Amino acid sequence: MSNGRPATVAVSRRDALGTMVGAGFVAMAGGAIAQPVAAETPKRGGRIRVAGMSSSTADTLDPARGSLSTDYTRHYMLYSGLTQYDEHLKPQLALAESIETRDRVLWTIKLRKDVSFHDGSSLTASDVVYSLMRHKIPAMASKAATIATQFQEAKAVGPLEVQIQLIGPNADLPSILAASHFLVVKDGTVDFQTANGTGPYICKDFKPGVRTVATRNANYWKSGRPYLDEIELIGIPDEVSRVNALLSGDVQLIIAINPRSIRRIRSIQGFVVQETPSGLYTNLIMRQDAEPTSDPNFVLAMKHLFDRDLIQKAVFRGFATIANDHPIPPSNPYYLQDLPVRTYDPDRAKFLLQKAGLLNVRLPMYASPAAEESVDIGSVLQEAAANIGLTLAVNRVPADGYWSNHWMKHPLSFGNTNPRPTADLIFGQFYKSDAPWNESGWKNAQFDQLLLAARGEADEVKRKQMYGDMQLLVHEYCGVGLPVFISLMDAHDQRLKGYGSIPLGGLMGYMFAEHVWLDS
Amino acid sequence: MKTTLVLIARRLGTAVVTLLLVSVVVFTISSLLPGDAAEETLGRNATPEAVAALRTKLGLDQPAHLRYLHWLGGLLSGNPGQSMANNLPVKDVIASRLPKSLLLAGLTTIVSVPLALLIGILSAMYRGSMLDRVLSLVTLSMVAVPEFLVATVAVLVFAVNLRWLPALTIVPENATLGEFLSAYAMPVMTLCFVIVAQMARMTRAAMIDQIGQPYVEMAILKGVRPARAVLTHVLPNAVGPIVNAVALSLSYLLGGAIIVETIFNYPGIASLMVDAVTSRDMPLLQACAMIFCLAYLLLVLVADICAILGNPRLRNQ
Repeated sequence: MSNGRPATVAVSRRDALGTMVGAGFVAMAGGAIAQPVAAETPKRGGRIRVAGMSSSTADTLDPARGSLSTDYTRHYMLYSGLTQYDEHLKPQLALAESIETRDRVLWTIKLRKDVSFHDGSSLTASDVVYSLMRHKIPAMASKAATIATQFQEAKAVGPLEVQIQLIGPNADLPSILAASHFLVVKDGTVDFQTANGTGPYICKDFKPGVRTVATRNANYWKSGRPYLDEIELIGIPDEVSRVNALLSGDVQLIIAINPRSIRRIRSIQGFVVQETPSGLYTNLIMRQDAEPTSDPNFVLAMKHLFDRDLIQKAVFRGFATIANDHPIPPSNPYYLQDLPVRTYDPDRAKFLLQKAGLLNVRLPMYASPAAEESVDIGSVLQEAAANIGLTLAVNRVPADGYWSNHWMKHPLSFGNTNPRPTADLIFGQFYKSDAPWNESGWKNAQFDQLLLAARGEADEVKRKQMYGDMQLLVHEYCGVGLPVFISLMDAHDQRLKGYGSIPLGGLMGYMFAEHVWLDS
Repeated sequence: MKTTLVLIARRLGTAVVTLLLVSVVVFTISSLLPGDAAEETLGRNATPEAVAALRTKLGLDQPAHLRYLHWLGGLLSGNPGQSMANNLPVKDVIASRLPKSLLLAGLTTIVSVPLALLIGILSAMYRGSMLDRVLSLVTLSMVAVPEFLVATVAVLVFAVNLRWLPALTIVPENATLGEFLSAYAMPVMTLCFVIVAQMARMTRAAMIDQIGQPYVEMAILKGVRPARAVLTHVLPNAVGPIVNAVALSLSYLLGGAIIVETIFNYPGIASLMVDAVTSRDMPLLQACAMIFCLAYLLLVLVADICAILGNPRLRNQ
């Protein structure tokens, strides 16, 4: 037994005893309030139709290539991972029976016995090795290729035992393994015309851009689960149509409703709106390698120009959490409580801009529907800037091609980042000096050192301190203005039970399939 | 009869040339779009190495003219290639969507054409009357309201409030006739809104043009009843412009159904083409463009043949 993550190991025993994950949640949360999952006894049977927000010919059954919420949902329905997230985004054991490490570099993972794929074959160590190492092959076009560079080697050391060697210590490996991209596929699978996983549902029909139909996996490794007989997953990109489909009874669960639709849904009997405060954010990017956004006074002035309360109330109708110019949401255990939230202070902003000699200039700012509500946030900022004599022009550009042509390519643009399960992932992917998505291009050696040190740090108190320091650095110096965290809003038919929040994303962190049941 | 055959042969010849030109134009224009299939597939994960590897895999590292010729060669030998977005054969992807689009277009045709002809003929027969004015007003307002508004309001009323019809057009397997009709009612109605007006207006104009001719007056003077005069004397002479208007309106039903497909979540070929553009999926995009172009050419050809066959004077030339 390691001293690295004793909590994980403790739960492994519980799970090995066949305790349901619902109970595992309670044990894990350390006295926190459990999900409403256990409130009533789940019933078996029934069929639901679920509407995601995207659907196109690029839909895939390959977990490595999943790029949109509907993909992740489909993958969690059909595949299982070594670990899985609970409602606090803590990793719980899933296909892994235990995960042990001494130095957070070399990890030993024991697999559950008697787990079978949908084609009847048994889960073995070679499947896991393949599922992890294939991300390193460029032609696989894996979306997790960057994360997978941390895997030095994965090898089978027994029929049900895998050893993973990382390139450096990372205490968050169990979290990383719960991501949808690392769900376990059968060894050697290259053709994903159908899905052969170990997940709660079996793929019955998959038509990219049309629908996915999955039926209950009677041999699922969690006994008693899942509850429904069949789930049909479709994509309705248009929000109004999605809400209408729910209200007319054509679908029973929808993702991503606009705050403006909430009153309408609540006014009709029989529907429930589920709010999940999350780490999703839309941020202003001020490039540190361009003029005049590289001026620290300018950066600080812009951060002071965000009227966070107004953005929360007017743009998101209250369905957002105030953020403090760093990417760690208040729900995260590493959130830096002691750091006061930056206030809306036009006078100070004006003073800073005067100091930088940037008052009375005109700057274009690129916003797009691709970055959620960036056009509205940009307008609020534009208004505040105009009051102190700074002219910001909001350039609204189409969503198509935004990420390749505009994002990070102008001195001022907007980004949008989905919740990440750990502080390390968000900092490592978006704030490290050499990260490909270092949006503002800021370089901070102290931050980079802290990030690497925190990965290998065994002492939780010290680790929290390090993440706190990193938040402070980003808050003070990074060229990113981060006004609010956007809540994830789903809605469902009230006969659908067992529905909760996993703040990774909508649809219960894309993982609703094994939790929900129908009360007819 | 010979003229008709010559016409068909000549039209088919031009059709091949047109298709070739369209494919070149679509290929050129879509390669002007920023980004390619590899970059779109990888999205924000597009590191240079990953893009290069995927380009090689998809054959995008070849020069553009070679890719075009490769595609053309494939098409001529009956294989339109693999979709770049999901690696399925383009044939299969199209085969799962085209019948749906044709079904929707067919149903809309069955409803809209008789309706439009009826409206057109009636308002021509009673030109200037109250009926004519009411019909004109109705058809003009139908064409003036944008279809997304019609569709959204229809969904609100019939699906959300009254709950008579489903909000999405999803036909279950082995659906009953009732289920089938209720699923298609709203999309067909919305599409009818768009195309009926145009066809009805053209019919009315063509009919009125003929009704003013001396031969109609002669027929009436000889004692032919107005209905018979219109149907057996006027209509065959007006059929040329009418079928052309019908063909133009119907050609809208494949590609133009995109809004209806989006609102009712109907997996047709118009949304397939939009997907293909978004993911820069060239083989799929080309295939869709070819289908739209072919459908248009066929409709115009059929219209011309109908015009010739429907008019005895043209038929015997």
